[in-house]
Amino acid sequence: MSALKRKVVRAAGAGLTLAVCLGLNFPASQAATAEKAADTGVGVAAMRRLTPEQYANIIEEVFGPSIELGGRFEPELRVDHLNELGSGQLSMSSLGMAQFDSMARSIAAQVVSEKSRDIMIPCKPAAANGPDDACATKFLAHAGSLLFRRPLTQPELQSYVQAAHAASVTAKDFYTGLSLTLGAVLSSPQFLFRQATVEPDPDNRGQFRLDAYSKATRLSFFLWNTMPDAALLTAAEKGELNSKKGVEKQVARMLASHRLEDGVRAFFADMLQLDGLSVLAKDTTLYPKFDAMVARDAREQTLRTIVDLLVEHRGDYRDLFTARKTYLTQALASVYRIPLVNEAPNGSQDFWQAYELPEGDPRAGILTELSFVALNSHPGRSSPTLRGKALREVILCQKVPAPPAAVNFSIVQDTSNPVYRTARARLTAHAVNPVCAGCHKLIDPMGLALENFDGSGAFRTEENGVALDTSGTLDGVKFNNAAELGRVVRDNPATTSCVVDRLLSYGIGRAPVASERAWADGLKAAFIKDGHVIPDLMRRIATSPEFFRAEPRIAEVTKASLN
Amino acid sequence: MTTLTRRSALRGVVGGSAVTVGLPFLDCYLNNNGTALAATGAALPVCFGHWLQALGFNPGMWVPKKIGAGYENNVQLKLFDPIRDKINIFSGMKYFLDGRPHETHTSTVQIATTGAVFDSGPIGPSLDSKIADVIGTRTRFRSLEVAYDGSRQSWSRRSGTSINPSEGSPAALYKRIFGPEFQDPNAAEFTPDPMVVARKSVLSAVTDQRAALMKQVGAGDRVRLDEFFTSVREIENQLELQLQKPSPMVACTVPKAEDEVKPDSLVETMETNSKIMAKLVAYALACGQTRVFNTWLGAQQWRRRGSSYTWHSSTHEESIDPALGYQKVVYDFIHEANQMFVDFVHILDGVKEGDGTLLDRTLVLWQTDHGDARTHSLEEIPIMTAGNAGGRMKSGMHVSAPGEACTRVGLTVQQIMGVPLNTWGTRSNETTKTFTEILT
Repeated sequence: MSALKRKVVRAAGAGLTLAVCLGLNFPASQAATAEKAADTGVGVAAMRRLTPEQYANIIEEVFGPSIELGGRFEPELRVDHLNELGSGQLSMSSLGMAQFDSMARSIAAQVVSEKSRDIMIPCKPAAANGPDDACATKFLAHAGSLLFRRPLTQPELQSYVQAAHAASVTAKDFYTGLSLTLGAVLSSPQFLFRQATVEPDPDNRGQFRLDAYSKATRLSFFLWNTMPDAALLTAAEKGELNSKKGVEKQVARMLASHRLEDGVRAFFADMLQLDGLSVLAKDTTLYPKFDAMVARDAREQTLRTIVDLLVEHRGDYRDLFTARKTYLTQALASVYRIPLVNEAPNGSQDFWQAYELPEGDPRAGILTELSFVALNSHPGRSSPTLRGKALREVILCQKVPAPPAAVNFSIVQDTSNPVYRTARARLTAHAVNPVCAGCHKLIDPMGLALENFDGSGAFRTEENGVALDTSGTLDGVKFNNAAELGRVVRDNPATTSCVVDRLLSYGIGRAPVASERAWADGLKAAFIKDGHVIPDLMRRIATSPEFFRAEPRIAEVTKASLN
Repeated sequence: MTTLTRRSALRGVVGGSAVTVGLPFLDCYLNNNGTALAATGAALPVCFGHWLQALGFNPGMWVPKKIGAGYENNVQLKLFDPIRDKINIFSGMKYFLDGRPHETHTSTVQIATTGAVFDSGPIGPSLDSKIADVIGTRTRFRSLEVAYDGSRQSWSRRSGTSINPSEGSPAALYKRIFGPEFQDPNAAEFTPDPMVVARKSVLSAVTDQRAALMKQVGAGDRVRLDEFFTSVREIENQLELQLQKPSPMVACTVPKAEDEVKPDSLVETMETNSKIMAKLVAYALACGQTRVFNTWLGAQQWRRRGSSYTWHSSTHEESIDPALGYQKVVYDFIHEANQMFVDFVHILDGVKEGDGTLLDRTLVLWQTDHGDARTHSLEEIPIMTAGNAGGRMKSGMHVSAPGEACTRVGLTVQQIMGVPLNTWGTRSNETTKTFTEILT
């Protein structure tokens, strides 16, 4: 389903979202189970803080798309190349808390506003100028269950209802009290952090697994980048996620959903570090066409290319590096210097059009898109070194060492030097230094193959009047230009291995530990056997028992607390 | 003379454990000179700021020849002449990596801010955060972080998982400090807002669950949850402050909102925005809104319109001018950044508080990442301080400590600010020595 269609479907559900969700009913026994788990020392482990996108997705799912967030988020933290892993380490600064608190109050005020309350709140208070515990309980129990992705424990619910009571008395208004309390729910760690509660694994004595609600949460954020839907929470409630068959059934349903597109987008935006585009600035004197809108379009171009190939057509992941089909807006085409006939109704400028690059064009694959070549450049010029380093680290998962201390760089890129007129000539001169040569051999050849793209991503064939030499080798395989580099990257085994490692880490929220190496190797073999189809890889990860198994370190902590 | 009815601390119970939440100078008044609290004679509170300006100085152009007081500024620091007696310059010191990987421009800032190099994993806490734990608990903001390059980058952190992001927009900074939640300490009327009471009461529903949650998590997540609840407590503290009449601040002036230039890393943009942000930070201190701030210049990405080079790329790629003997473009960038520091010191010194100035009761620590950024050198690192920390520190000195760890300055500064520690840093960066010659 296209993004546009998806938006329409969501819009049609606007306002009804919560009402539909309120059909869910968590019996008291479930809440009691959660409490009992806590009492027995079975713990919550490895919290992950919601990313800005996940926060926005949940608010839209629960309260509808008309809610304005009205705030901004703390910067994310990239750990081992993924923000998702950073979310497992981030806590909350006081500024971040203040911002979340401000957003929470703004969202809550909209939810209980006069125009929304009849849709959002399933009851009316006996009197609007004071507390009504019964109505507050009904609303907070259901909304809280959705926001916490599990039933509220009795003490939690009681605490919020009491808060609503007190605030309604102080404000002399039921809805104000309810609004402030909903704001507190949205400022609580149970909402802002994805918690994974573990319990003893009956199938593997001495080991621990996630409980059913934590499984539902892990699945939904992995496959959809949002909270579990009603069907998934119901499956958790009924214990269906504790059987392999039950998990397979839910995963099959989720992979068939249009929301898979959101999950795939979120993963690749993280892996390819596309968040960098949101703050990418180019010198407008040198690159007058590059502005914030182009940067935004560049992100969308790559994500559309990915979704089209990997989700819509269930294509081979490796073909991302050679694909000639892409998507363009007029603004992007202008930077790429591609004459794009505007097919938009009434000539709209932000219309997305599919575009097929001609056979033999040196531009092919996502490495030649702005999201790679412009992102990995300086504000005023290209950088073969940055691009080569990104290719090694982001696409092939290989670590490039940092430059040593006390190195004289001054010969590297004096662009006015009459002798060294191209980046290749300047880098070659620099790499004469044996201390530098080792690393530059690793990164420069691939970066130089992309020199056909200037610092803004525009296509060029020469630098300072000298024709560009874009030939080189990657791990011993020769190429002559960017398109051929794409083919070489496509066929490099590290390309395949890397995406499996990244997706697996993304799913479990950490790098696999040594005992999980066999699982990772098995996934890599299966990925190749399946034809490098990303949704199939997601299915294999999500249906593995290891996906729900508590990390051994956490299991040890939990075991110790039981003794 | 007014009878002092100050309540020094609010005792409460959060999550089952007793906590002490400090309050600001409630119901206290300045004496006629405005230098002290009338009833107690205590000095105005000290303030601390950390100024991080990456990319060092041009080698051989900044170290003064004379050591001690009355030194003459070297060529690169000539523009510091008007503030020479307000600052101290430290020269000759080093960062030590002890064989750890040299993450250029990063490892050294880790040492400057935390005293240690971290190969991987969590970093922190930064020294400003430790100082804020001592002097920043009684104010609306424990600390304020600003970035002149429009970014949100910051080196201030309570831990590796709790980073205090910078504010890169002067307009957003203004709103944060002087927006609707600002209470003018000198306003004649004060009416507590009942909605603040209600907000505070609902937040207790969040903190009520602290104990139950803490019981369920492992050690790592317990630390993170603890940081989370500390941040919630700071909001409660802010709400509590809003319910109290703030003590008057003699030099507090609510500034007018100024138009910012859309933040970016162009030098011309930063020249405008840095002036606005510098003033806002000074007013925030003068109005008692915070006592700790961090200023990050974001020097790496500084650039001029139409140039394909940033300050950072220039340090590595600009040839040394054979006639001048130094990198001219780099020199100019450093000069502009230094001018911003001079301007800031002037602004603090321009805030008169009785016989003294805001600068007198402030200590600004100026640090950088490399001695010579061109070669990522770890030696001859320039460090400076400005202000007198409320009479606790001398100024106008050039201190030379060849080959010694830069952390000596960090330790000295933390001790001046009342952080209870005798040693700071790890491995070769560990030091127990302070610079007693700058203490009063």
